[in-house]
Amino acid sequence: MSDATPIATALPQRMGSNAGQRTTRRDGVLKVTGTATYAADNHPQGLLHAVFACATIARGRVTDLDVAAAKAHPGVVEVMTPANRPPLSADPDSKPMPFWFRTQVFQDDRVLYAGQPIALVLAETLEAATEGAARLSPRYAAEAPRIGLDEPPYAPKAVGIGAPAKVSKGDIEAGLAAAAQRLEVTIETPAQYHNAMEPHAVVAEWQGDRLIIDTPNQAPVMAAAAFAAWFGIAPQNVLLRTPFLGGGFGSKAILSAPQILAALAARMVGRPVKMVLTRAQMFGPVSHRGATRQSLRMGLDSAGHFTALAHHTIAETASFDEFIEAASTPSRLLYASPAISTTHEAVVNDIGLPGPMRAPGEASGTAALEVAIDIAAEAQGMDPIDFRLANYAETDPMTGNPYSSKALRECFAEGAKAFGWAGRPLAPRQMTDDRGMRVGWGMGTANFPCPMFDAEARATLRADGTALVETSLIDMGQGAWTALAQIAADALGLDLDQVEMRGGASDLPNAGVAGGSGHTASAGLAIEVAGSDTLRQLAEIAAADPASPLHGTGNAGVVARSGRLHAAGDEGRGETYAEILARAGKSALTGSGKGARDPKAASAYAMQSHGAVFAEVKVDPELGQIRVSRLVGAFAAGRIINPRLAESQLNGGMIWGLSFALLEKAEMDPRSGRILNADLGEYHVPVNADVPSVQTLLVHEDDPHVNPLGIKGVGEIGTTGTAAAIANAVWHATGVRVTRFPIRLDDLMEGLA
Amino acid sequence: MKPFDYIRPERLGQALSEGAKPGSAYLAGGTNLLDLMKTGAARPERLVDITRLPGLDRWEWGKDGGLRIGAMVRNSDAAHDPDIAAAFPAMAEALLSGASGQLRNAATMGGNVMQQTRCHFFADPFSPCNRRAPGAGCAAQGSDRRGFAVLGGSDACIATHPSDLCVALAALDAVVEIAGPEGLRETPLTDFHLLPGTGPEGHTRLAPGELIIALRLPAAAAGFRHHARYLKLRDRTSFAFALVSATALLRIEDGVIAEARLALGGVAPKPWRATAAEALLQGARPDADSFARAAEAALQGAAGHDAKITLAKRLAARALTQAARGTPARVPALPGSVHSGETAHV
Repeated sequence: MSDATPIATALPQRMGSNAGQRTTRRDGVLKVTGTATYAADNHPQGLLHAVFACATIARGRVTDLDVAAAKAHPGVVEVMTPANRPPLSADPDSKPMPFWFRTQVFQDDRVLYAGQPIALVLAETLEAATEGAARLSPRYAAEAPRIGLDEPPYAPKAVGIGAPAKVSKGDIEAGLAAAAQRLEVTIETPAQYHNAMEPHAVVAEWQGDRLIIDTPNQAPVMAAAAFAAWFGIAPQNVLLRTPFLGGGFGSKAILSAPQILAALAARMVGRPVKMVLTRAQMFGPVSHRGATRQSLRMGLDSAGHFTALAHHTIAETASFDEFIEAASTPSRLLYASPAISTTHEAVVNDIGLPGPMRAPGEASGTAALEVAIDIAAEAQGMDPIDFRLANYAETDPMTGNPYSSKALRECFAEGAKAFGWAGRPLAPRQMTDDRGMRVGWGMGTANFPCPMFDAEARATLRADGTALVETSLIDMGQGAWTALAQIAADALGLDLDQVEMRGGASDLPNAGVAGGSGHTASAGLAIEVAGSDTLRQLAEIAAADPASPLHGTGNAGVVARSGRLHAAGDEGRGETYAEILARAGKSALTGSGKGARDPKAASAYAMQSHGAVFAEVKVDPELGQIRVSRLVGAFAAGRIINPRLAESQLNGGMIWGLSFALLEKAEMDPRSGRILNADLGEYHVPVNADVPSVQTLLVHEDDPHVNPLGIKGVGEIGTTGTAAAIANAVWHATGVRVTRFPIRLDDLMEGLA
Repeated sequence: MKPFDYIRPERLGQALSEGAKPGSAYLAGGTNLLDLMKTGAARPERLVDITRLPGLDRWEWGKDGGLRIGAMVRNSDAAHDPDIAAAFPAMAEALLSGASGQLRNAATMGGNVMQQTRCHFFADPFSPCNRRAPGAGCAAQGSDRRGFAVLGGSDACIATHPSDLCVALAALDAVVEIAGPEGLRETPLTDFHLLPGTGPEGHTRLAPGELIIALRLPAAAAGFRHHARYLKLRDRTSFAFALVSATALLRIEDGVIAEARLALGGVAPKPWRATAAEALLQGARPDADSFARAAEAALQGAAGHDAKITLAKRLAARALTQAARGTPARVPALPGSVHSGETAHV
């Protein structure tokens, strides 16, 4: 390029107006007409059905499996057990990659939890495979299972995914000693199971050394690499497809044993294999939210300021690996105090390994912390919002770093106004409705980090001026197909219908994980950068071309708008993308981009999304039947790409919070270590009748630091704070502090009439 | 799933002869049996689908105002019929408080009476259960008793009967019409279900091969239509079984209770008719004292879970109180709930 050829050195300015619009889902018609294909909708020629036999004891050994009886059943083709399992390239007792957990893939006859797969039956029909599995009639040498939070605790090194188990500042005991008021409360949260609508399913087909696998996964490129590691093949030899995902909630972020074994079975028999876990089988091998017992100690001075805040969690984990609910972590983030102690211990249970689920750490942690805060406000005779404002963290409580942005005050104000919080009596049992129901109002602070994951994308302008944008995005109902397309259209200066998205597969640029509330920010930034790169190339071509009206635009730059580049300040001087490409003789022009957080910003700023959730409950004064009559949540989560989708996610999050407060609990039989309600009839999640009114307010927040797009993420924060808001409202209605979730009507009996 | 024969007879005689063969099970809406077949708790050799039998999918009114409901009438159809709801409002409310819309569309009136306990240990073939496998023991005995019987249980079984409809039917003095190899017979619903005693495996008086063909509501039962209520306490507002439920029916004449009916659900292995409470109420004033005494009488001898017993007493009194106030003009938006369906701001 000669000096005489001016080029556009500045990035083209884009005049997009797609982001921020309430666009409806691009995949909506596919979804409502049943034509969106999920993993189990695939039926390759010649496939076999695979059904697991799962352990009905929680600890011990399998001493006998009647393989002959299973094989004798008509239609059964093969039975895979520890005795004949083909070798795997990875050691299931090792941890070769990040986000990898030790697992049970028939490496031996040990049973480490109830529901653990112990054999896999392959048959020509689902029915034959199911009956074959039943006919295995396993026998066991059973041992007494270790169940419950009273098992001996130990000190873990890390909690959640790599968070430190202990973070403290100041002198807690001195702070408590100096306090005018000391308060303690212990709150328990139960084991909960993700229960996505779509069960974990696999359709696996081997073509020589190449594995084609349809399975719902929140991180397809990482999952493909994990499959490659298990099977000793190159990552590019795995094609994993997840065009749609019917709910993940964290349970589909990491490969599970059933998925590995189903793919192994396909290789073993040389035929495609389909495996779909039953609902009951999803209560074990595909992770869950572990139970916690959280003890909070608070010291307050005479003005209602913290002198000390200590949050200690005891959490359950499995015997073969660790995932410890990081429930004490919200106390690192929300309140100013000279002394803060956040610690965790773990107990080993004979259970499936817990894992991340719907706001891991924060959901359980705020369920306890925000009840404790309500108790503190009550003890101080303060309005719960005033108490929170008195202890508002202006900077990160542990590091002192400024927040990249924090509109929590505005969330309090806007949420309180919409809810009608003003005039709420401080004392409980003051409000009754016209039917004689006790009415209570409670609130809780919502909080979730806004992480980013490394992500890549590719943006191609095509000869006709439209674009193809490729990244392994995952739409699990949150609307990634739509929101990321809005970002792509703006990045490319195109209208939304000019952008074709390709995602949901492992052979695309890596979009990272659709999880941690970081997908829109991460994949979105990669798309933004890729679009910029494409337009930069396009502008360079035009500016260098004497035949282009944009020739010589140089540093004045160009503007991209509706598929056309024009000179900045002169709309008449320009031409379409298609014209530029045609003259250059190019059928396509591709740019690529990576998205990652600026490490300097990451170390300089605390980055969190915030919100305030308000709940109204009505409680029958004699019977204790609880109804959440209203939920209002105000959330500040940076820039909102699509308010319709964001509100929907936040509404959904609050509904999951209601579920946490009143419904969800895996009923464990401590004698057997088995879950008694492993079905959607008895494991209660909310139905429409439980949710009469839920309202989300999006609170404006500009954040120049989280990423160039200013996006924080809304996937999980709605779940946080809500359980406590409801528990606090139940107290306000009844005067009863229930310190064990879920709150049930019979918990209120003693405190009522 | 275990392979089975599937037969869909079109005549009652054929159904009865197929149904009498060992290993047969009648299939109606399938909302309970198919679940049990999936868990392995039920392993029939032969399903006899009775949904196409002629004449069982309709109801007819007697000249005297009584109602005969064919066993294959779907729960939804019975619940949404305005004439049925007007004459037997507590039954309509009980029906609509049960299961979900989809399940009520599939479930039948006869099948509802025949449904099995939802005790986890019964449905799980790997747990000891005397009801499913006589002599195996009862895993429920050592567990949390919240979901189990506080009345009428035994050492062999403390499972509860899950039906909402049957609680109303028991209060309404419904009669079960049964066809069998020996011809037709009938029995009061309150006698139809059995207490477990030492042999919980037979949970009804139906002999092998017998089939419910209709439920009959006597004309006298419509006499309670002005003071009828079904209330249900549960952990989830819809699609959840009762922790405790109650049907209360009153005939009030000149400010005095001329006749009372009270039946409880969720507390016993069968729909629990509280006759002692009814006797106390006859001739009493419909006031809080009377209802509290009746509730105490209804739970006389209850044991196993104190909070549940307290709840049952309070719910019985509440159902009687609400019945005394008068039947709602239409089935409430949240059927069986103590809460109203609207979103009311304070």
